[in-house]
Amino acid sequence: MKLSFLDFEQPIAELEAKIEELRYVQDDSAVDISDEIQRLQKKSLALTKELYGKLTPWQVSQVARHPQRPYTLDYVAELFTEFEEMHGDRSYADDYSIVGGLARFGGQSVMVIGHQKGRDTKEKILRNFGMPRPEGYRKAMRLMRLAEKFAMPVVTFIDTPGAYPGIGAEERGQSEAIGRSLYVMAELKVPIVSIVIGEGGSGGALAVAVGDVVMMLQYATYSVISPEGCASILWKSAERAPEAAETLGITSSRLKTLGLIDRIIAEPVGGAHREPVVAAQNVKKALQDVLKSLTGKSTAELVDERFERLMGYGKFKELAAR
Amino acid sequence: MSWLQKLLPPKINRAAGHKRMAVPEGLWSKCPSCSGVLYVTDLESNANVCPKCGYHNRLSARARLDMLLDAEGRFEIGAEVVSVDTLKFKDSKRYSDRLEAAAESTGETDALVVMQGAIKTVPVVVAAFEFEFMGGSMGSVVGERFVRGVHVCLEQDLPLVCFAASGGARMQEGLFSLLQMAKTTAALTRLAARKLPFISVLTDPTMGGVSASFAMIGDVVIAEPRALIGFAGPRVIEQTVREKLPEGFQRAEFLLDKGAIDMIVDRRQLRDRLVSLLTLLMKQPAVA
Repeated sequence: MKLSFLDFEQPIAELEAKIEELRYVQDDSAVDISDEIQRLQKKSLALTKELYGKLTPWQVSQVARHPQRPYTLDYVAELFTEFEEMHGDRSYADDYSIVGGLARFGGQSVMVIGHQKGRDTKEKILRNFGMPRPEGYRKAMRLMRLAEKFAMPVVTFIDTPGAYPGIGAEERGQSEAIGRSLYVMAELKVPIVSIVIGEGGSGGALAVAVGDVVMMLQYATYSVISPEGCASILWKSAERAPEAAETLGITSSRLKTLGLIDRIIAEPVGGAHREPVVAAQNVKKALQDVLKSLTGKSTAELVDERFERLMGYGKFKELAAR
Repeated sequence: MSWLQKLLPPKINRAAGHKRMAVPEGLWSKCPSCSGVLYVTDLESNANVCPKCGYHNRLSARARLDMLLDAEGRFEIGAEVVSVDTLKFKDSKRYSDRLEAAAESTGETDALVVMQGAIKTVPVVVAAFEFEFMGGSMGSVVGERFVRGVHVCLEQDLPLVCFAASGGARMQEGLFSLLQMAKTTAALTRLAARKLPFISVLTDPTMGGVSASFAMIGDVVIAEPRALIGFAGPRVIEQTVREKLPEGFQRAEFLLDKGAIDMIVDRRQLRDRLVSLLTLLMKQPAVA
């Protein structure tokens, strides 16, 4: 697939186009221009490194939403074997914007759950752009309870703009579905590892992200509201999204500093979509480490530690007793 | 001079220019629903419910607690917890300035007031949202006060009642505010483990991160008549689906019809009904 470039990557895009052109010329040229190509390739890599070394939060959110960014099922294919996808919430429908099922990680049985976006227009619509309806959360809860019953860890992949703001979603209890999912995850008796791989959009993301360990890919974002949404409410203009992205603190590095996530998973130069297999290997390594650290714990320890971790969220000050 | 003023005889003209007999401010109020003109004291003595049409006006957290709890033996929980501006958040205004302004206008230090007390001698912890404090938005302080309320319930074997009135998570606290959804909801698992009831009362409005967390997870979920309750705001939905929303969409009656809540209770009966529910759940004798 041809690599597509974001607006801020235009200098790289121009270099890459030139390289492409030279390659084409080289095929029927008597002069050897491979040195020139190599030189340009090096330059392109250096430029990419430079650009990605100082991405603004707004640029990071563009990378997180890159149309070629690996989605949940791409990671599932690289990380697990014998993925047995399971469907439906058993009461209304199957929500294709959340996928889940049994799988094997190394030798171990695990339950995998994640938001799923679509690649082409048709699939995007089928997957509702990764925006779940209540059925999606209810399917996720059903699978989590199943994992609990058979004592296997749950691995969740987070990548959604948010829960779907639709009439039917409200009619079928979007709020209750999200709230209930938070509740189920808080008390689930098996390890939960959550990985934000793209967009961690608000309640729709959190609903499957209450983990014992929460990790983020380097250029993923995790936020209470999208920068555009925040800008249009507080600045009354979506144009101010870059400022909102800055002040909301949505990047992996910022959230790690704030103590709200546990680990950042490095991405290849230029983002996970440049080398999806390398990105998946990094995720695999991190997941191996984390699962290993969680397996020794008793159920009570696990649930208590998760509870204490949840209770620790928040920044406030305490006035002296009056 | 406009044509009307030219037309009017000088005497009437003068009278129109003068202020009419001063009517003391805040003595009368107009019902936003039936447009009935009401004497403010009548409205207040009727739990802020319009005596003519039954419209439930919004209530402040303190007024709510005052109306509900017995006068004796009230202790506020978590008042010592106050906000900090961790992100140094600034849009058109600084978050710290917004906090100050909200404190000034409401007399509260944040959007949740938690109090231990009794309803008709039945001991409880009650949490009430102050919608006028930044739209009742939930940030770290709201989450922490809620959890401290739960903690008192656990220590003293008390049930919890929460009155929600909130636009959702407090954006100015970024991800901290989102995570309060998980924090507050997780606290409920401990109440459940001890078989202590949690009754959630949804008042106008209960939206976003508050509705999509503890508020919908009550053992009993009650709504006040006509309260707006939902996850996404009606405007956002309208913009997304590009169609007109059905009549009464996201109102308490709509949620009852869709099976999302247990009951709608008129504010004037709420005290008695809560006592019934609490004593039934806790298997205590009826209170006269």
